[in-house]
Formats: sequence, structure tokens, C-alpha cells
Amino acid sequence: MDLTEFLIKTATIFVVFVLTLVIAMYSTWGERKVAGFIQDRMGPNRAGPGGLLQPLADAGKMFFKEDFIPALANKWLFIAGPSLAMLTALLASAVIPFGSTFRINGHEVALQGVESNIGILYVFGVVALGVYGIMVGGWASNNKFSLLGAIRAASQNISYEVAMGLSLIAILMMSSSLSLGEIVAQQHGGNWNIFYQPLGFIIFITCSFAECNRVPFDLPECETELVGGYHTEYGSMKLGFYLFAEYINMFISSAIISVLYFGGYNYPGMDWVYTQLTQAFGTETGHNAATLIGTAVFFGKALFFIFFYMWVRWTIPRFRYDQLMNLGWKKLIPLAIFNIIITGAAVLFLKPMITAWLN
Amino acid sequence: MERAYLPAIATGLAITIKHFFAKKVTIEYPEVKRYLGPVFRGRHILKRDEDGRERCTACGLCAVACPAEAIQIVAAEREKGEEKLYREEKYAAVYEVNMLRCIFCGLCEESCPKQAVYLRHDEFVPVFAERDQVIWGKDRLVEDMNNRYTREAWTKEEARALDLKRANGEATNVVPRAIP
Repeated sequence: MDLTEFLIKTATIFVVFVLTLVIAMYSTWGERKVAGFIQDRMGPNRAGPGGLLQPLADAGKMFFKEDFIPALANKWLFIAGPSLAMLTALLASAVIPFGSTFRINGHEVALQGVESNIGILYVFGVVALGVYGIMVGGWASNNKFSLLGAIRAASQNISYEVAMGLSLIAILMMSSSLSLGEIVAQQHGGNWNIFYQPLGFIIFITCSFAECNRVPFDLPECETELVGGYHTEYGSMKLGFYLFAEYINMFISSAIISVLYFGGYNYPGMDWVYTQLTQAFGTETGHNAATLIGTAVFFGKALFFIFFYMWVRWTIPRFRYDQLMNLGWKKLIPLAIFNIIITGAAVLFLKPMITAWLN
Repeated sequence: MERAYLPAIATGLAITIKHFFAKKVTIEYPEVKRYLGPVFRGRHILKRDEDGRERCTACGLCAVACPAEAIQIVAAEREKGEEKLYREEKYAAVYEVNMLRCIFCGLCEESCPKQAVYLRHDEFVPVFAERDQVIWGKDRLVEDMNNRYTREAWTKEEARALDLKRANGEATNVVPRAIP
């Protein structure tokens, strides 16, 4: 690997990292704003115009609070918990394709941290590791409520990961590739997977709600039963990291949803815009401009799903724990398997028929 | 059917998104103050008459009537040449209201035979942080002749009549500061 390539990769990773953090930061502001608006309130509007400095104020508050560790807690694991949650949340953004490519002096730079041919597996692995942060933190607190929250988180994540993986297999059967860049490229020209996989999409989005521990599946931090759940004993920035990791996970899963089902940076009329721009500004600037538009579209989709997460949060009450498990094991998994069978049949029989009929 | 969840969830989402775009009920307090009505009991004011003479004659009925014992009065006799300042021959040299004790019941207002003390309907006692701001003396209580305090409705009956007038769209000269 030569130096320019290395520098370009470093810069991309850095940009992706910063973007993820900024979006997660402003998701906290957005959450409170959306919560307010849905409840006919204004939401935060004192710190800066429209309350835009609120995340900074919150972070400042978190940093200046006492960093308390309970006397009987396992000190190292207590610190490792939020660190793990943060680390695993941030790792996943590396493989997400934010746009097609940039052309700089003849170099073709992909707007993606790492183009990996097992991208989606990597995301799944990392997201599955996320539960360790909660588990370790909850256990190390030496508190019954924390432990219960942590156990809930673990069992919930494991249950829903099964259905999530199964719903994903239907996508993989259609794309026959594990690379996220490849999956996005196949959805070029309004050929979005949502039209082929509506059932798979519903299963996937339900499971991603559960994976992010968001309402209606936020039983790990269920206040009414478990005080604060796994972060009962946490305060200061350690609690901040847990909450922040949740928002990063939310952004990651929104991005993954838009990549897998809504064509990532593809939008209708993309080719026409591309030819217009390249004709107007030349192959380099025009190409870059088209890429930027695509990236903006991608972020629009991802932000819409973040909004959807919040919208659902302020609409639906929390499931009971047995309802959660019944939904996961008795409804979503059979549905996902059914979806796989349908997709398999369609790929085998329907697709050749339609292609034959079209030709 | 209810066990399919999704239709119910869609209905719920429709309801919440309607609220998302609905007009907000919040009144942003320090910038926007709502009109509290003509009989609201706010901070005290010691009225002057139309010639600018203080009405209070330091009879002490307000202090007696006060259930919280918040009012303290020191009376003095009017000297020659002070007729422009005080209406009666006796006046309150000191008139102090302890705003921490006051419960804004309005009994002082009701007991006053000279119509000298009123609780304003348009101003609160502002927030204070220091103890020396708790007791309000005559310097803060006596009416400013350049900015007189008027109130259209003085009794509950009049207030009801005023409300009726306002409901009928007849113009009244009380300008509500903001109605959200």
C-alpha cells in the first residue's frame, strides 16, 4: 500500500468517525426536539438558536459530574462496560458506503471506510458484540437491577439477532454478495430491495429496534421495573457513553437499513443527473458533484430512519417481557423463514419466468 | 387482527405525526406573558389620588387584616406644606410589606377604607436572590404618577361584565400583553 492510498484511507476513516459522532450527538438533540414536538411542546430551545448547543451543554454537564464507582463494583469491568459499548458502536460505521467515489487527481476514492467483501457479516459481528458492553457493565455494577437489565439485554439481543440474520439471508439470496458496496450498486436505478422484500424489511426494522434497545423493546433499561436497568449505577460521562453508544447504534442501523433496503446513495433519475453534471462540469468535478448529491440522499434516508426511531419511541408503549420473547421466537423467526422460502422460490422460478417474458 | 400489531402501530404513528405538526401549546414565559385576568392578585401598590397625594392614612387596618402579618406601618402626622404629598392629616412614614410572608390573599386590599393599597393584576413580585430585597418599602410600593396603575374591573361582578364585553368583541382599553 503506497503512502497516498494510506493517507486517503486514514482521512476517510477519520471523516466517517467524526460524522458518526456528530450525527449521534445531534440525535440526542433531535430526540428531545421530536419528543417535544410530538407531545405538543417546543423541546430544548434555550441553548443557542433552536437549542442547537444543547448537546454541548449536556456533554459539559456529564463531564463535570462526579465520576463515581460503587465500592463493591468490579472496578475494571465497570470502566470497561461503557468503553466496550462505545467501541463496538463506533466500529460498525467503517464499512458503510456513504456514497460512490470521489475523483481527486486521477485517484478514485471510495466514500467508504473499508470496502470489504464480507461487509454485512462484519457489521453483524460488531453489532452482536455490542451486547458485551451492556452485559459487562451490568454485571460489574454489583447491583441486582443492573444484572437483571444486563441479562434481559443479552437474551433479547440473542433472540432478535436470529430473526434479523434470517431476514437478511433473503437479501443475500437476491444479491449473492456480502459486500455492502455491491448490494448498494445492485439497487441502482430505483431497483430498491424494499419492493422485493417488504416482509423482510418489516422483520429487519423490528429486530433493529430490539438490537438498539429502543422503545418498544427497551426492556434492559426499563425504569418502572429495574430503576435504570444496566446503567443504574452509572453516572457522569460513563452513563453518557452508554447513552451515546445507543445513539450511534441508532445511526448505524438507520444507515444499514437504507443501504440494504432503500438503495443507499441511489435515487431515481440518478443517471440523468450524472450525465447533466459531467457534461456541465467535466468528468472530475461533475462526478464529484453527483457523488455529493448521492451522499446527501443517503444521509437523508438515514436521518429519516433516525427520525422514524424517535417517532416510534414516542408512539408505542413498551412490550412486556413475555410478549417480547413471543414476538421474537414465535412470530418473527417463522415469518423470516417463510420469507426465505418465498424468496428462494421467486429467485428460482419467478425470476427466469419474468426475464423470459420480458425478452 | 389486533395481534398483527402493524395496523394498530400505523394508526398510532398517524396520531403522533399529527401532533408533530400541530400548533404548540407552550407559552415561552419570560418572553411571552399571558394575561392573567383583571382580578389577579400580584404585587402591592400604594395608590395616589388624581392630584398625586398618597391616599394611605396609616390606620393600620391592612396590617391587622393581614393573616400572614406581612405589613408593618409607622404612622406620622402631616406637617404644614406637605398637603401636596399626603391627602389625610396622618400618613404612613414607613409602609413595609414582607414579600416572603405575604400570601397574596388580598385582605389588605379589602380592608382598606381609603382605597390606598391594591394588589396589581399585571405584575408579579419578581424573583429575588438577596434577603434585603425581600422587604419592600415605600420606595417600591408607592404609585408612579407617570405610569399610573389602572384596572378596569375592580370587583368580581365588574370582571365578569368585562369578560362578557370582551367576548362580544367590544373594545376595552385593557391591553392584554399576550394571549397565546
